[in-house]
Amino acid sequence: MTQFLDIAGLCARIDADGQEKEILRGVDLSIPPGEVHAIMGPNGSGKSTLSYVLAGREDYEVTAGSVTFQGQDLLAMEPEERAAAGLFLAFQSPIELPGVNNANFLRTAVNAVRRARGQEELDAVAFLKTAREASKALSMAPDMLKRNVNVGFSGGEKKRNEVLQMTLLQPSFAILDETDSGLDVDALRIVAEGVNRLRSPSFSALVITHHQRLLDYLVPDRIHVMAKGRIIHSGGPELAKQIDSEGYTRFLAEAA
Amino acid sequence: MPAVTETREAVEKLGQSSYKWGFETEIDMDLAPKGLNEDTIRLISARKEEPEWLLEWRLSAFKAWQQMTEPTWAKVKYPPIDYQDAHYYAAPKKKPGPKSLEEVDPELLRTYEKLGIPLHEQAMLAGVELPEGETARPPVAVDAVFDSVSVVTTFRKTLEEAGVIFCPISEAVKDHPDLVRKYLGTVVPAGDNFFAALNSAAFTDGSFVFVPKGVRCPMELSTYFRINARNTGQFERTLIVVEDGASVSYLEGCTAPMRDENQLHAAVVELVAMEDASIKYSTVQNWYPGDENGRGGIYNFVTKRGACRGARSKISWTQVETGSAITWKYPSCILQGEGSVGEFYSVAVTNNHQQADTGTKMIHIGRNTRSTIIAKTISAGQSDSTYRGLVRVLPKAYGARNFTQCDSLLIGDRCGAHTVPYIENRNMGARIEHEATTSKISEDQLFYCRQRGLSEEDAVGLIVNGFCRDVLKELPMEFAVEAQKLLQISLEGSVG
Amino acid sequence: MNAIIKDPSASLVPFKARLDAVTDPARRAALGALHRVGLPDRRVEAWKYTGLRFLNETAFATAPQEIDRVKARAELERLGLTLGEAASLPRLVFVNGRYAADLSVEPENVDLTFFSKMQAFGSLSSPDRDALTALNAALATDGVQLTVPAGIDAGRLLLVSLGQAADPISFHPRHSVTLENGANLSLLCVQSGEGRYLHNPVMELSVADNARLQHLTIQTEGDDAACLATLYAQIEEHGSYDSFVLGLGAALSRHEVHARLNAAHAQVHVNGAQRLQGRQLGDVTSVITHAAPDCNSRQTVRNVLDGQSRGVFQGKVLVERIAQKTDGYQMNQALLLSETAEIDAKPELEIYADDVKCSHGATVGALDDEQMFYLRSRGVPEAEARQILIHAFLAEALGLIPDELAQTIATRIMELRFPVTGEA
Repeated sequence: MTQFLDIAGLCARIDADGQEKEILRGVDLSIPPGEVHAIMGPNGSGKSTLSYVLAGREDYEVTAGSVTFQGQDLLAMEPEERAAAGLFLAFQSPIELPGVNNANFLRTAVNAVRRARGQEELDAVAFLKTAREASKALSMAPDMLKRNVNVGFSGGEKKRNEVLQMTLLQPSFAILDETDSGLDVDALRIVAEGVNRLRSPSFSALVITHHQRLLDYLVPDRIHVMAKGRIIHSGGPELAKQIDSEGYTRFLAEAA
Repeated sequence: MPAVTETREAVEKLGQSSYKWGFETEIDMDLAPKGLNEDTIRLISARKEEPEWLLEWRLSAFKAWQQMTEPTWAKVKYPPIDYQDAHYYAAPKKKPGPKSLEEVDPELLRTYEKLGIPLHEQAMLAGVELPEGETARPPVAVDAVFDSVSVVTTFRKTLEEAGVIFCPISEAVKDHPDLVRKYLGTVVPAGDNFFAALNSAAFTDGSFVFVPKGVRCPMELSTYFRINARNTGQFERTLIVVEDGASVSYLEGCTAPMRDENQLHAAVVELVAMEDASIKYSTVQNWYPGDENGRGGIYNFVTKRGACRGARSKISWTQVETGSAITWKYPSCILQGEGSVGEFYSVAVTNNHQQADTGTKMIHIGRNTRSTIIAKTISAGQSDSTYRGLVRVLPKAYGARNFTQCDSLLIGDRCGAHTVPYIENRNMGARIEHEATTSKISEDQLFYCRQRGLSEEDAVGLIVNGFCRDVLKELPMEFAVEAQKLLQISLEGSVG
Repeated sequence: MNAIIKDPSASLVPFKARLDAVTDPARRAALGALHRVGLPDRRVEAWKYTGLRFLNETAFATAPQEIDRVKARAELERLGLTLGEAASLPRLVFVNGRYAADLSVEPENVDLTFFSKMQAFGSLSSPDRDALTALNAALATDGVQLTVPAGIDAGRLLLVSLGQAADPISFHPRHSVTLENGANLSLLCVQSGEGRYLHNPVMELSVADNARLQHLTIQTEGDDAACLATLYAQIEEHGSYDSFVLGLGAALSRHEVHARLNAAHAQVHVNGAQRLQGRQLGDVTSVITHAAPDCNSRQTVRNVLDGQSRGVFQGKVLVERIAQKTDGYQMNQALLLSETAEIDAKPELEIYADDVKCSHGATVGALDDEQMFYLRSRGVPEAEARQILIHAFLAEALGLIPDELAQTIATRIMELRFPVTGEA
């Protein structure tokens, strides 16, 4: 049956220093609409690569498999087309854009996406009002809209800024790549609440994390364990606690 | 460059070509015969009804020029220029006479309208769309120079009431001869360099600004240069004198039609700032850059220099250079007055086959003089762009300070970006800091923007504008909007 | 910018008789180029800050065959080259440009020959572009030609040049050093002398794949001498050329390095320091060409200038179109100690590849007031505080010399000219 997001047999590699490195080795994953799934797994298992491949980063070469997103062939689309179609990636390390004003960037992005979706563009006043409200809900300092995108932001500020962008771009599918890393407990709760506010039958998310901590606030419908470029185990939310206490050893052994 | 936001729309309406100012105006012209010789110079001087001293000055400059050779140190290449194959005087036949708009050739007015230059004072004051958050917008006085002559200058009455003189230099020669004679050629001497000498011999018009003691000029002043006629060179001369405690902000814009042949533009700009005076000089240079194969375009060989004569005076140059086939231009400051300040903020964009060799000179003579240089260079296509700058500190400039930051951005692997600073220090109490970087737009930044829904071209535009921000923020607000737009247009087709 | 027509040969008058006597065809070719352009004057962009008037005033003769061996030995001793660990190093000593076998201790495990026995001009230099290289090609008589065979670590080697001039002389040594694949060498060049002379060496350095050449030059030539040196280095894949020049002596000096990164992952360091006083003019010039991808170049040059001295730094980094992923860094710093000293710097980037990371920086200033005050508030007298800060400024630069013994020798020779304690 066709789901909201269907990943089937996805293989991808990267060219690093002249060496071809296979990172995804047949990922199968389906996410129904309205569900939040989490991916956990040891370092180097391919979690971030999966998020980059889904978002369309060109450094990765897809060698096999398919990704269907709301009935469309996701892999055939440009990154900005994927964004317009409703895919959002919260970066593990958000990129700095020197000299680019945060509010201006957000408005440009929001209007580009709105244009592509056939919606009316927001004027500066309407946009600023929405942006201010959203940033307040994330307990962001008011001057963060005026500063340059991610330049001089602390780790926590960068992550909040990602969630702010997500809030404003209103995606139907968000990938959060270790959005919890580098956050203290308070910040973690605020970020999780930001994501929870978006939860609806028409919003799905894929949360990549190392820790069960985030999943206390952002309770997933399913949890997948990824290792060596494949999903090796899937289960309910209780899986997080099990991993937290036992680690991945058992799953790795089972998979082998 | 236009100073109202409508320009952008005007610009967009101007056609599909990537150079959107490239139309030609059909107008009756009074042309001098081709070539430069003493007769041409006498003719120019006579047409302008100039006094004897000025003719003599021109002729001596011409003699000096004949002994000189073109400079070759800049990193630009072009076929030899036949200086005898151009007209040195071209003026719309209908003489502007007393500068009332009713008497200006309607075809000319339409040209400026097309370019978005506000020449109608009434239209300017009424019905200007304001961006959010802004309550009022100060008007801008414009001097429009069409080929060799000034066609109209707006807001002269308002300015006169404040004591500010803003008029074509040809008129100033007649109406304020003592002022012109006192300052002309004192910052850029007639024989300063090959192109300055050529200008001194053959200059036709340009703007004159005089701001008397203690007066803050009540509005921005702007000159708009348009080359229209074929086979003409444009040699305008601008002189701005600001007395003790006075200040002015001056804007300069320029465009030309698209033509297959190259045209020469050799201007001279002289600025004089007395004690506590300040001059802000902003340029958006958008001469026709030639087509994508490098055919045609303006040779922009310009000498711009300001003298900070008085203590605590300040001269600030801001330039956004997107046009011209070749740019050879080094707006400079001679920091003579104690504690005087020189600034140079520059964005130079080259695409296709454009070549730019541009930068500044900061000559520290007085004590505690300070200078700041921020230069952003962007090269795309098969273009070459060079920052060339001199910081010279002379023995008496105790406490002199300079900070220089030069950054280059390369877009594509067929262009070149070069940085050639000269640092000459003869004072142990001076401090000079220079930093330069060269990089390309990072894949990470591009991907980040595209993930947020921006097209590749918009992403590049956004990142480039960010890269130039430290310079663009020095421009008067409306100019900055135009400049941003222009950057994007200039880089069209350079990615993907 | 008026073109002044002048006879290029006029600049060659100090060498005229000797140049006229040149008959060898290879040398005549170099001479032809030299006659066309003459020796450079300050209107030549690359010589904008360094005039060669020193040469115009004197006729420079060929050095006499006889040398003063007692004096030479004393000088080696004074320089500390016969003391401690340095004494045990192999050394090749040239006096007035001629090899002095009896003062030398030849190295083992390298192939060694001399220019006087086998004239080879090499292929890295460009006599048609560089006039001083052409002058060398026309008048060279001796020089070392050594090769470190593949895989051999030849350790350290001292290459000493001593000038002994009763009457004005010039000598033009022609050296070449080749490191074959995977070879290693630490080369220590020390240049000293007395009297009025011109030392005009040309050195070709060829570093093959995975080879590593460390190269320190200590220029402490006589106060009335000129040293105009040109070095050409070519570095191949994963090879490394790590050089440092310490300029202390000579009335007029120029150390000009042309380094070419010829294959991927090659690396070059062109570091240096100058400490000048009196009316000295010292010029450190370099052109680093990135001609292959993934190479890296580093350059830090520091100047300390006292009296009426003038320091010149010209550093060009040229990145060719093919040289993607270039990493280039350049830093030039100068400290002026007197009201009449001058620094002229021209750090230059010429870049044709887009995926590069290149930067340069330059700072010029006096001793830091706050640091001075800090030291004095701790009871250090002003003169001593100055010495401490100057020393620290240079010590940081000397710290870039990778070979520790070389670093020690450099510091010691600098202190011969500038004792650390007492009045400056």
